[in-house]
Amino acid sequence: MSELNRVNELGSREAEQPNDQFSGPDKQGHFGRYGGVFVGETLIAAVEELDQVYTRMAEDPKFWAEFDHDLKHYVGRPSPLYFAERLTKHYGGAKIMLKREDLNHTGAHKINNTIGQALLAKFMGKPRIIAETGAGQHGVASATIAARLGLQCDVYMGAEDIQRQSANVFRMKLLGANVISVESGSRTLKDALNEALRDWATNVDNTYYIIGTVAGPSPYPRMVRDFQSVIGREARAQSLEQLGRLPDALVACVGGGSNAIGLFHPFLRDSDVAMYGVEAGGDGVETGRHAAPLSAGRPGVLHGNRTYLMSDDAGQILETHSVSAGLDYPGVGPEHSWLKDIGRVHYVDATDTEALTAFRDCTRMEGIIPALESSHAIAYAGKLAATMSPEQIIIVNLSGRGDKDIHTVAEIDGIKI
Amino acid sequence: MSRISETIASKQAQGKKVLIPYIVAGDPGLELTVPLMHALVANGADIIELGMPFSDPSSDGPVIQLGAERALRAGTTLKHIFAMVREFRQQDKDTPILLMGYLNPIETMGYEAFASEVSAAGADGLLIVDLPTAECEEFYAAAHAKGLDTVFLVAPTTNEARLDSIFKHTSGYLYYVSLKGVTGAVISDKGEIRAKIDHLRTLTELPIIVGFGIKDAESARNMAAISDGVIVGSAIVDKIGHLQADMSYSSAQLVATVGVIGEIRSAIDAL
Repeated sequence: MSELNRVNELGSREAEQPNDQFSGPDKQGHFGRYGGVFVGETLIAAVEELDQVYTRMAEDPKFWAEFDHDLKHYVGRPSPLYFAERLTKHYGGAKIMLKREDLNHTGAHKINNTIGQALLAKFMGKPRIIAETGAGQHGVASATIAARLGLQCDVYMGAEDIQRQSANVFRMKLLGANVISVESGSRTLKDALNEALRDWATNVDNTYYIIGTVAGPSPYPRMVRDFQSVIGREARAQSLEQLGRLPDALVACVGGGSNAIGLFHPFLRDSDVAMYGVEAGGDGVETGRHAAPLSAGRPGVLHGNRTYLMSDDAGQILETHSVSAGLDYPGVGPEHSWLKDIGRVHYVDATDTEALTAFRDCTRMEGIIPALESSHAIAYAGKLAATMSPEQIIIVNLSGRGDKDIHTVAEIDGIKI
Repeated sequence: MSRISETIASKQAQGKKVLIPYIVAGDPGLELTVPLMHALVANGADIIELGMPFSDPSSDGPVIQLGAERALRAGTTLKHIFAMVREFRQQDKDTPILLMGYLNPIETMGYEAFASEVSAAGADGLLIVDLPTAECEEFYAAAHAKGLDTVFLVAPTTNEARLDSIFKHTSGYLYYVSLKGVTGAVISDKGEIRAKIDHLRTLTELPIIVGFGIKDAESARNMAAISDGVIVGSAIVDKIGHLQADMSYSSAQLVATVGVIGEIRSAIDAL
């Protein structure tokens, strides 16, 4: 049996080394000083119930068998690990391998998580799911799984994001979801999350809230990480199988951080594998117009967890700026905050301009249109590769495809489509 | 005994219910808050909950969200709020003030510095909406070191197992959330609330005040009849939203703006 089949079938997940420093979080959901549960009293019972249900399900091989079955037959996993030969030549240095999450059903890594959480919703007997979305990928993935399971689905999306991601809005509606425009605050992802939390508090009896990233109150950061870790488990096995060894570096974009933690987590104990989480540098971190809390923020509490945030001196959450709606978020998953503090992962940034260049490079040289989010990872990987030798290997998480972004790019180019 | 506990005990001794209005500090302008606080007292408020505005008030409904947005647009910070409390105290030494808000601005300042400022300004207690007791020890210690009361919420969804920790950390009063949802929603089942409060009575001596969804004399009378008092927020914040930040108002005008508190006072005093 190949290594890849073995990890998929055994579901050799986190529990194997319980005393290891990377086996967190603790029972209250803390990764070091980050994470935890910071929500209004009305939601505490719902969060505790979810924690109990997930903890039980996570120990049940039948749950993971069903999850793996869906990932194989519905999502189309495993996703390939692809050698980007022309990009490698172009950047000049380490070999660039792309983990092709863009080839998943619905076009991004987001579906891995929604498959897992929808199984929980079904098990808990909730007839309705809600979700927040930024770029629309998590909304589409949630609407997709709701259609498949016959669940009612309401998706909260910032009014500004609805404007710039109209294709995904239409996809969600086609799938039968109700897209609710959020007009409060900065009218982006963070406000959609606030509104989803309010909905959940109001409809807690019949509603399951599918958070799309590794943030929110415990157990979400741990649970979403577990579902997304299929990316890193596959990549690790594929690297051993295809290249005969582990990579030297991993690179992934970080908004909330679910695709990054999914790639990184199964490699955390491989101390020779360097890791880079790439935040959205927007107009440049030095301008203040960015979405890079790990690079330029401070610890605080938002959306149910303690983590690095972009906030002002008075503790108010700042508006963020990024060409990519999916990275336009002032917080980040708490495990990333911890991995930053202990120095296991390097957090860096790529600007809008760098990401757009990488978007074009990947499209023209590989025939792959990457999501603008993933383009941030490609941009940094290009810089990193140039400092490394041709024998070395970088795995880049190509977390989603860029079809949803063609209007944004056309507009930047002054083209009407 | 704290100023909050004394106030509630004296109402109870008179056989009266406690009335606690909530407004957002700095809404719609920094200059209006202290006059509005006096107007609330003139209308019969016993305690004032003063909201500390936050950019992401995820437990609040649309009315209080807008109030917070107006206050932040006016530039309200914690420092302004301490100054407001200090100014209010110059004329009113008796009415307790409870500051209510979200954790991030407080963490940014630091728990101990925050508690010192709150106490020095003359406020009496704190309620942090997104800080459950499981995460509160450091905050709780800082607040109690300065003699501040800490109020926690009990919701219709609160599990029995959590109540001990909530009672242990609560002083002043227990805030009973009347509904599943956010502030300003509509109360649906009075009977269920009564049953929950009766049950809580068998477990704690803390006064129980009901909030969320109380918007007029009738809903206040219903809730006050089964508890020790009521908290009224969205109904006033909605009215305050019609004031102009840059205009000055006579105290009579402000008393009229928050007149719903006077109506509620009469309604619950008639119980």
